[in-house]
Formats: sequence, C-alpha cells, structure tokens
Amino acid sequence: MREVAVVSAGMTPFGELWRHSLRDLFVDASLEALRHARADTVDAVYVGNMSGGQFVGQEHLGPLLADHLGIRGVPITRVESACASGGVALRSAFLDVASGMSDLVLAVGVEKMNDGGDVTNVLATAADQENEVYHGITFPGLYAMIARAHMAQHGTTLEDLAAVSVKNHRHGALNPRAQYRQEVTLEQVMASSLVADPLRLLHCSPVSDGAAAVLLCPLERAQEFTDRPVEIRASGLATSSMALAERRDPAFLDAVSLSANRAYHMAGLGPADIDVAEVHDCFSIAEICVLEALCFTEQGRGGEAARTGETALGGRLPVNPSGGLKSKGHPVGATGIAQVIEIFEQLRGEAGERQVQDAAVGLTQNMGGSGGSSVVHIFERV
Amino acid sequence: MPSPRYWREVPARYRLEAGRCAACGAVVYPARRVCPACRGERFETLTLSRRGKVVTSTVIHVAPTEFQMEAPYAMAVIETPEGARLMVQVADCEPNDVAPGMEVSLEFRRIRKEGKGGILCYGHKAVPVR
Repeated sequence: MREVAVVSAGMTPFGELWRHSLRDLFVDASLEALRHARADTVDAVYVGNMSGGQFVGQEHLGPLLADHLGIRGVPITRVESACASGGVALRSAFLDVASGMSDLVLAVGVEKMNDGGDVTNVLATAADQENEVYHGITFPGLYAMIARAHMAQHGTTLEDLAAVSVKNHRHGALNPRAQYRQEVTLEQVMASSLVADPLRLLHCSPVSDGAAAVLLCPLERAQEFTDRPVEIRASGLATSSMALAERRDPAFLDAVSLSANRAYHMAGLGPADIDVAEVHDCFSIAEICVLEALCFTEQGRGGEAARTGETALGGRLPVNPSGGLKSKGHPVGATGIAQVIEIFEQLRGEAGERQVQDAAVGLTQNMGGSGGSSVVHIFERV
Repeated sequence: MPSPRYWREVPARYRLEAGRCAACGAVVYPARRVCPACRGERFETLTLSRRGKVVTSTVIHVAPTEFQMEAPYAMAVIETPEGARLMVQVADCEPNDVAPGMEVSLEFRRIRKEGKGGILCYGHKAVPVR
C-alpha cells in the first residue's frame, strides 16, 4: 500500500442554509478544496451522503455532482453508512489512493437536512425499522437508553452528561464555521426541554445543512499541492449489531472499540499517542461512551472527562475542539469529513483560537446509527 | 410500507416466534437465517414467554409523527426468560416509573396506524406486572 496524504480542505459553514441546495453545498466545499491545492480536476470522487433520497428526494448523486462541479466523466461513488457516511467516504478515497488505482481523489461529505424533510423519521431509518422503529423508538430515544444503562452501571450523572455539551459549546464558540457559536451553562443544559429522558434538547446535536471536502494524494506527490501535508496513518472500520436490544451491554459501543483497535494496530500507535481528537458526539452520552471505547479513559470513567476539564482545550487530551457535532452542527453525511478538516487544521497549526499546542497526531471517530457502524482514522503531521 | 410486509411479519409480531440455534442454543428474535453467535443455519422455532424484565428504558417526549398523540410514553429493551431481547413500548403505567429490573408482561396491542390508508399495525407492548 502507498502512503497517503491529505493536501487541502474546503468546507461550507454549517447551519440552516436556506439559500443553498445539496448541489450548491457540494460544489462550494469541493471547489474550495481544489483551489487550495491548485488542482483542476481529480481522478475520482467519493461522496458521503446519508439520505439525499429522503431529505431532498434526490438519489443518483454521482453524475449530478460531477456535472455541477464541472468534471463530467470523472467517477464518483456515493458512500452510505448513515451518520458515518463521511468517514467511510474518506476511507474509500484513502483505499483508492493507497492501492495505486488513483492519484488525486476528493472525499466529500454533504447533507441537506433543512428542506422540508421529516427529519426525525429520516434519521430513524438508520435504526432497525422492523424491530425498533416500528414500536415508536427515536434516535434520541436509543441514545437515552444507552445513557440510562451507563448511569445505572457506572454512576454517570446528569451533570456529567451536561458537562459534555457545555465543553463543546465553549469550543464551538471559537469556530467561525459552527452553527451555534454561543456558550451554554450547565443550568441551561439541565433545564432545556426533554427529548427522550434523560436527554434534553441541549444534549442533542442540531439539524444542519453543510458540506466538507478534502483532497487526497500519494504522500510522495503531496508537495505538488501543499507544503504542509498531513499523512493518513490508519483507517479502521467496524460494524456491530444494528438493533440496540441485541447488544449484551447497551452502554458499550463495541463497533467503536473494534474500529479503534484496527486503526491503532495499523498505525502502530496507541491512545496515549493521540494529541487531539474529533469524536461523534451526536448526543452527549455518545462522547462519554466513545472516550471509553477509544481507551482515552478507563471503562466507566468517561463521564468524568468533560466535567474535570480533561477533554477541554488546554486539558490532557482535547476532544472536539471544533465544537463537535453538538455546537458545530451535524449535517449527517458531511460530519465525518468536517472532523477530518478540524484535525487537518490542528496538525498544520491553523486552528486559530482553538489550536492545540504542538499537536502532531490526531484521531477522528465517526459513527452510524446507535453505534452499528464506526470508522476511525489516525493522522500525523509530516 | 406495503401490506405484504404485515403478512410476512405475522409469526414474529403476532405469535412472538423466535428461533433457537440448533448448534449453539442462542435464541434469536425475530428468527433469521444465520445465527449471529455461531453462524449456524439450523433453527428450531420457539415461542417466547409473554413476560420479561426491563434492561434499559427511556421516556419519549419528542415522538415520531405516528406516535405524537401518545407522548410522553416509555420505551424499553426487555429480556424474556428465554434470553431474547425486544424493543417495546411500556403501557398502562406512569412512564417515569419504568426502571431496570421491572417485571413486565407482553400484551397484544395496536402499535400504530400507517400510511394514507391508515393500515392498523399490531404487535406487543409491555405492561408492568403488579
């Protein structure tokens, strides 16, 4: 396998972008990535998108997006793994370059959620329709069950959950592309309206539009496009049971653990080597469970991390310096690529007020459904 | 959803039929072709007991369209004595009282109405045992 680098990035702001269609978002992010690298065209594109079909009634995104980006003829593959679609698109692009099949490959994530779609029901298609959704469960409901299991087993508190939102909003307030650039207090989080007990509105990531794109090439060619490439050291993808009821321990995300172990093994690195991480905090409890599955904290201790400041900017291991899904926004298919962009900028020293000092190794973790799929990538400054 | 689906799902939804793997004994509900524990393909049909215990739960306040009239309502993962785990609504109780370990019985109920035709969809709900 060839060594692969990320050489440029482009991203729209995340938010309720009423003036932009799915195709506009895709083109804006992609053009920005191509311009930074001064690249005219690419050999291939992988686009992560959860549900163009249900959100805006548009499938068959490959030719549509190639056409609108002005690169008709270029192969585009649409990649779907629910909310992990972006991360899996990056993995597909990585494998394409690593294999020697293509040299210059764009990995893009895009989602247009605010166009009149029934968001609760569309997102629920990432859960088991026949055995879960049929009975009236929602996505926040599944994570609420994970939260209650974690609280019962490990003594995690409502304050621990709220502290994750407070931290990520504090980070997101520093991010010009974040959907919600304001801080929230513990009291505001704990008094926000109930969505699925114990999860409240301010424990949940928002409904967002947005796109993000990164350009990949063989590491040996990276200097043609940038003087500060970031190497992709490893990619790990794993699956678990689709239905939450099937997991013997609902509070443990085994797909996250498996995907992380694969990535650590491939990179020859461990959790102690990571300087900064972007993880899938679709709900506050998700960040807590993910920290444990990534072995950033001991099993059952993830609840303390945000409350004690360990995972805040300036802490032992800053997690979600971008503001995470919670504050930056969560256009589902775009999220996995936006995480990569934050790490790309952190490792290049371009993260401004959010900069983690001397960050050399970064990790992204992107998850589909209630943890049915998870993809982890590890990056290193060159 | 098309109506043939309801006919196809009758054994699991109406009769609570599960599969027990002939090779490793794992109970799989609803039945499937391949055992997730050992990849065995031979199963015997097993009818689940209409009772179980709550493993974890939540109270849904923001509900899907079809369930909006019922919110807030409790949902739970329950485990039957055979070891099968089911996602069910917990009815006929104060939703906030549902907690891990709670004993429930499974009752045949109307679950939802679907589509423009308003197809009635049935299945099981859990009711606390008093």
